[in-house]
Amino acid sequence: MTDTPHVHHYGGDLFEGYPVDTANTAGDQAVTNYTINFGPQHPAAHGVLRMVMELDGEIIERVDPHVGLLHRGTEKLIEYKTYLQALPYFDRLDYCSPLGMEHSYVLAIEKLLDLEVPARAQYLRTMFAELTRICNHMLNIGSHVMDVGAMTPNLWVFELREDCLNFFERASGARMHSAYFRPGGVHQDVPERLLYDIGEWVEKRLPKLFGDAMSLVIDNRIFKQRNVDIATVSKEDALAWGFSGPMIRGSGIAWDLRKSQPYDAYAAMEFDIPVGTRGDCYDRFMVRVQEVYQSARIIKQCLNDMPSGPIASLDRKVVPPKRGEMKQSMESLIHHFKLYTEGFHVPAGEVYVATESPKGEFGVYLVSDGTNKPYRCKIRPTAFSHLQAMDMMSKGHMLADTTAIIGAIDVVFGECDR
Amino acid sequence: MASPAPLIAPREGIGAALEKLLGDDLIEHVFAVGEDSITVRREAVAGVMVELRDKLDYQQLMEIAGVDYPDRAERFEVVYHLLSVTKNHRLRVRVCTDEATPVPSIVPVWPVAGWLEREVFDMYGVLFAGNPDLRRILTDYGFQGHPQRKDFPLTGYTELRYSEEDKRVVYEPVRLAQDFRNFDFLSPWEGADYVLPGDEKAGGTGEAPGKGAPSPMTAQEVKKADEKAEKDKAPPPPTPKTTESTTQTGAGAKTNLKAAKTSRDGAKATATAKAKTPATKAAEKAPAKPKAPAKPRAPRKPKAGGDA
Repeated sequence: MTDTPHVHHYGGDLFEGYPVDTANTAGDQAVTNYTINFGPQHPAAHGVLRMVMELDGEIIERVDPHVGLLHRGTEKLIEYKTYLQALPYFDRLDYCSPLGMEHSYVLAIEKLLDLEVPARAQYLRTMFAELTRICNHMLNIGSHVMDVGAMTPNLWVFELREDCLNFFERASGARMHSAYFRPGGVHQDVPERLLYDIGEWVEKRLPKLFGDAMSLVIDNRIFKQRNVDIATVSKEDALAWGFSGPMIRGSGIAWDLRKSQPYDAYAAMEFDIPVGTRGDCYDRFMVRVQEVYQSARIIKQCLNDMPSGPIASLDRKVVPPKRGEMKQSMESLIHHFKLYTEGFHVPAGEVYVATESPKGEFGVYLVSDGTNKPYRCKIRPTAFSHLQAMDMMSKGHMLADTTAIIGAIDVVFGECDR
Repeated sequence: MASPAPLIAPREGIGAALEKLLGDDLIEHVFAVGEDSITVRREAVAGVMVELRDKLDYQQLMEIAGVDYPDRAERFEVVYHLLSVTKNHRLRVRVCTDEATPVPSIVPVWPVAGWLEREVFDMYGVLFAGNPDLRRILTDYGFQGHPQRKDFPLTGYTELRYSEEDKRVVYEPVRLAQDFRNFDFLSPWEGADYVLPGDEKAGGTGEAPGKGAPSPMTAQEVKKADEKAEKDKAPPPPTPKTTESTTQTGAGAKTNLKAAKTSRDGAKATATAKAKTPATKAAEKAPAKPKAPAKPRAPRKPKAGGDA
């Protein structure tokens, strides 16, 4: 009996400052809707998301997400940087899948330049993009599971994420903000040993650890109760709300840019597109789980078929020469100096290049005026469209379902707010 | 296409279909760098979008981007990016507007346009007539100005910090400890916007400051250049060049005469050459003028002495 006053005390504190009419209970006549703030500091908001929610009891009537709390003016900054200097900004957009962000940008530049990229560079980029996908899904799956109440799987899949980050570090020197993809190829070749270790990891560690973690979740009764039939999105809605990636596939549309508009080495890869059947949070979750296995398949193929050769274009007007060359050749020294001061000039024109980032279609609309700096670089984030549908998706659901819905959207605010 | 960018096959007969469907609303259709883009009349954009969605199967609106061209009469471009998941094709739709003229909202066509239009409004101040919720979205509560405009400074006008005295966040005008460094990479002979000292008559070309000289070709032309180079790789000369007769080499009596003449420069050159040999002292006095390089050489002497 000593518990009861304690609970009351806690409840009073929690709702202090909010217009909660504690006199009225659910059965009374005069229940008015009330508005609460979800976030901007909330562990389940996956960053700085503030949602103004209008509730009828525990039922959500209206959600107004306020985004932009992490707006850093990336697009404006890019207009003042050379094409190469702008690249690291992309790492910092979706900091959970940095290489996926770089991918669209370097492809956009290469399209404007009509630059040929050596096969090894394309395979390396494809492989690291898929490793990024696994890395991203590990974070999302883990936190989604944790948001709806399970602790253990998150700790297990974070082990795998840690492995991925270690691979990035061995390739580029940085765990998260790698700046590894460059216009014309990748920054540097990978050690042979790293490829071997990735192969070993994909073959043994990933399926075992991930399979173990997922065996705790997928058929779990509580997990299903929290996700099945939550925020069901029809195919029509998914199209109208601009969904992409696992969100549109969860709704049953087999749309994957890696298949339909292949870039880099994806045309040579064999993989399947998992789709959902009901379009609810559980389907979106399961699409991601299956995508991890498909990514592993792609990585294996990349490792098997990885050609040797240069890792970046040999066009010295775009890609800087190697350090060793610079010691020998005056021309290389000049190229290096020009590329790291003035940078390369991109021919005037405009392109919209979108790739299948782990979260969906990540696009870069690049307008060049022929100088060494982009005239306009519009970034098409995935979460922006998805989060907008939050109101549509969560209407009529319970307050506690919000965390599951946000978890299944896979939102990261670095990218949403730019 | 040489670059590894996403492969999108051009859609057959899209130009004719667009012309037929949109009629006078279509201002321009351009196929450049492998992408279709159309410019449409601003007033008609909502209707155009319905037509494109229902008749040409562009089911998805992926993005609305604003672009600012301050020199134009209608300075803003609003660029819609459409995607067809059934035809696997992308289309860019463009309308132009200025600060005051609203663009019809396409929220009734695609609900996703709501936030995308809000973003363009926030960043550029473009108005969208009919958007049910045209608030700012990315910038701070109570923000003023439209940051993506080209005349908005990169640093902005205000900065904020937590004030220990007031125990709250305070807004202040921006103070920079160091000036914003924007380097000028324009070669003076490739269209710098400033006038070189002594070159006032030529006048500047009016490029944006801090930008490098523009690349001479546009992205569309680069491809053409590739194809062209591929096509006429080695054009055979019409008549092979030979040096069989004197008319072809230019040899003859006239050239011999020319070769026999000694020019004044030639005489000088021989004189200086002789001067270097110490035996011919008399020849050293021969050139009347003092030698030009004498002056720049002078400062080297003390330097050499200092080193020793």
